[in-house]
Amino acid sequence: MTIEYKLPDLGEDIETGDIIGVFVSAGDTVIEDQPLMEIETDKAAIEIPAPAGGIIKEVHVNEGDTIKVGQLLVTIEDGKGKAKEPELKEPKNKAVENEDEKIEAIAEKEVQQEMNADPEPKEKIKSETEDKSLEAITEKEEPLLDFKEDKKEKIASDEREHVSNNKAPASPSVRRLARELGVDINLVSGSGPGGRISEKDLRNFAPGEKPKSKSKKETPEPPKIKKQEPGGTKDTDKWGNTERIPMSKVRKLTAERLTEAWTAPHVTQFDKADITELEKLRKEFGQEVAKAGGKLTTTSIILKVIASALKIFPQFNATVDMENGEIIYKKYYNIGVAVDTDRGLLVPVIKNVNKKNITTLSVELSKLSEKARSKKISVDELQGGTFTISNLGGLGGTYFSPVLNAPQVAILGISRSAVEPVYIDGGFLPRLMLPLSLSYDHRLIDGADAVRFLRWVIEALEEPFKLPLEG
Amino acid sequence: MSTVENTTQVAIIGAGPGGYPAAFLAADLGLQVTMIDPENNPGGVCLYRGCIPSKALLHTAKVISEAEHSTNWGVTFTKPQIDLDKLRDWKNGVVQKLVGGLGQLSKQRKVTYIQGRAAFLDSNTLEIKKTDDETVQLKFEHVIIATGSRPAEIPGFPNHSPHLLDSTSALDLPDIPKTMLVVGGGYIGLELGTVYAALGTKVSVVEMTGGLMLGADRDLVRVLQKSSEHIYESIMLNTKVVDMKETKEGIQVKFEGEGSEKNELVFEKVLVSVGRKPNSENLGLENTKVQIDAKGFIKIDGQRRTSDSNIFAIGDVAGEPMLAHKATHEGRIVAEVLSGKNVVFEPNAIPAVVFTDPEIAWCGLTETEAKERKINVKVARFPWGASGRATTLDRNDGVTKLIIDPETERVLGMGIVGPGAGELIAEGVLAIEMAALASDIELAIHAHPTLSETVMESAEIYYGLSTHMYKPKREK
Repeated sequence: MTIEYKLPDLGEDIETGDIIGVFVSAGDTVIEDQPLMEIETDKAAIEIPAPAGGIIKEVHVNEGDTIKVGQLLVTIEDGKGKAKEPELKEPKNKAVENEDEKIEAIAEKEVQQEMNADPEPKEKIKSETEDKSLEAITEKEEPLLDFKEDKKEKIASDEREHVSNNKAPASPSVRRLARELGVDINLVSGSGPGGRISEKDLRNFAPGEKPKSKSKKETPEPPKIKKQEPGGTKDTDKWGNTERIPMSKVRKLTAERLTEAWTAPHVTQFDKADITELEKLRKEFGQEVAKAGGKLTTTSIILKVIASALKIFPQFNATVDMENGEIIYKKYYNIGVAVDTDRGLLVPVIKNVNKKNITTLSVELSKLSEKARSKKISVDELQGGTFTISNLGGLGGTYFSPVLNAPQVAILGISRSAVEPVYIDGGFLPRLMLPLSLSYDHRLIDGADAVRFLRWVIEALEEPFKLPLEG
Repeated sequence: MSTVENTTQVAIIGAGPGGYPAAFLAADLGLQVTMIDPENNPGGVCLYRGCIPSKALLHTAKVISEAEHSTNWGVTFTKPQIDLDKLRDWKNGVVQKLVGGLGQLSKQRKVTYIQGRAAFLDSNTLEIKKTDDETVQLKFEHVIIATGSRPAEIPGFPNHSPHLLDSTSALDLPDIPKTMLVVGGGYIGLELGTVYAALGTKVSVVEMTGGLMLGADRDLVRVLQKSSEHIYESIMLNTKVVDMKETKEGIQVKFEGEGSEKNELVFEKVLVSVGRKPNSENLGLENTKVQIDAKGFIKIDGQRRTSDSNIFAIGDVAGEPMLAHKATHEGRIVAEVLSGKNVVFEPNAIPAVVFTDPEIAWCGLTETEAKERKINVKVARFPWGASGRATTLDRNDGVTKLIIDPETERVLGMGIVGPGAGELIAEGVLAIEMAALASDIELAIHAHPTLSETVMESAEIYYGLSTHMYKPKREK
């Protein structure tokens, strides 16, 4: 039976996507749920799995195509039903091909004068080749039958099939390293001659193996996907060599969204929180949270504090409708956390932060960040935010002025905490100070509100009891 | 063995070219290993009655055939006198020397060796019937089934007649018959046919299909077939043996098909070499969750793990190709898996060698397979007529060819026919595994005058720029 597989509905509002990798080609045998291709939508990169096992008859789309929901992606022959009939047509084509072979074989003999004239009659060659076609049929039937059997067998037979397949061009030691790093080597593009994959190519591709030196604002390299043509056009201007590379979907979207946000009149309020005591608590309870599977970070604590602050200062949990001259207050508290990934800036959203404790938030934040980095995040997990936190403290810096994540009206930037001398009770004491930057939309929020909001956040961090007391 | 180990970390059933390398590596990686085999030393079919003894005899055949050939160069020897007992002793000596060495290596590594046959009682226990008739039980954490294969028999043939041989009895060299029929034109039949023909037997070959050596590219086989016409009395293709009757003089064989002029002939000996069958029976596999496919092969995954998670299977019993070196590599992979490494069996090229005269060897993608699977390839052939070294050997009948991906120029396959092809194929395997391009081979200096130059010149031919073959440049 032939399956015409179309791009399924990917969730709310998503109608199109760009294909950033096609992992199969006609003739490939796939098993159910094996990734066929990866597409990038406005919100996330999504792997499209095979709806059923079978043989790929045709791939209707190419890398770089923009495709719509409902568009035909691949035709799969699933090996059920009347699969044998098309196979039986094979010999005819084969005969034509073998004619070619015959001619080639004869031509070869003419060229190779060193070799004696072959007394073999042509008839004989023909019978041999016919025989081969028969062999071809029996061999081809096997994989089809295999699908009736269990999954393990399918894998084993795939394995056998693959032995002489055109596999990823990499030496055995590099292939072995790929397995150690958990990388599917067939997705890595090689930088060597003929696309040969080196150990370096592999390490550059592997998640977590990449040196984390880039700041968030830098243009991230496009992810290296096999077969992706080196999209750049080499060029020169009067000062030297240049290269033109098309923007990735994420980069383009980031640029568009930020330009839009820039039209809102921004102000940034700076302040510092003394987190000396909080840091002690963080270390003390860190292990407990780790047991639950999360990491107790300053960000996860601030998430909880912000949720309370948003309740007290509702204009920070709102959007502006200028056309109708209205303010829309959100009665839910969904906070986005900016994550630096290979593909650029992604903002997974933690839903209903006010209803979750810090341990739960820590676990959820760890999971979502990891999903964002490994491209496993769903569109749903990137939507519905009412406020955003951007923590660049891990990388350094004192203050920065974050740009709003429109249509949200406020964003909190966190920089690196540092021990500073603070004048307390007649003397200087070493205190751990955390620089905070609150950017807000001045159309809705006045400076005094912003100072009150940020002071409340700081006091909650300095005096953790404030949270249950007022929040 | 005077003492019996009742538990082991790794049990290995079968000490052939799959089992013993697995045992040795597992022991080297710190695992406690017990190996069970009916012979008194490791070696299996490969050493006792397969690869090794047949190669010892083929070496003899080669010397005899070259001595005949040398008349062309002005050197004539008298007809060789064959002392069959001495030849047999020498061959057995080769085998004993090698298996004895393996026995030593096994002891040095503290691998427990039990001589006997094992069968599963359940997924964690083996019952071993030792050669001395004692029965012991062995508990294991993991087990590797490496029981190999045996020659396939044709039901209805006089399988117990002394005139009917299989590869095992043929290697025992019972005598030198005047006439012999080899049933099956595969590598085993052709290798043993070559041996007996050199010793003076009039050998005929009968093959059911239209060609010898199915699986190998036809252009390579054609070269072998041509030279075989001098070696053999007759080669009957597309011909079936429909009946065999034992007579006083030997076996009366009835043929059907286009290859036989007479449909009944009597042969002193008939060698049946129609493939091999996996030894997956009588192992008590029904007491485990191990599954077997329709052909009797044990079903395995990439790590060679069966459907029963602590039971592994390697070598002939675990599927095609039934080659010793495939089994060895699988065995080493499993040993690594058992020591905790995340590795799988993922070769890009498994070489196949037929030790006929001339030899045929190939690896990676064959031209036939490329055509069948509609893979776009370019084939670069270098005929040995243009090789200096081949000319000095008076063996211009060889061909070396490379199967190349025209998009990347990557070498996907290699095929060779000619003396020494079995040694030359190693370069092809390395090239394919390293994802070498045709230019990598072309630019690597090959020693002169050697047959290995033909590999380099094949790569040159791909670019239309071979030194010793003028051929118009290929379109790219």
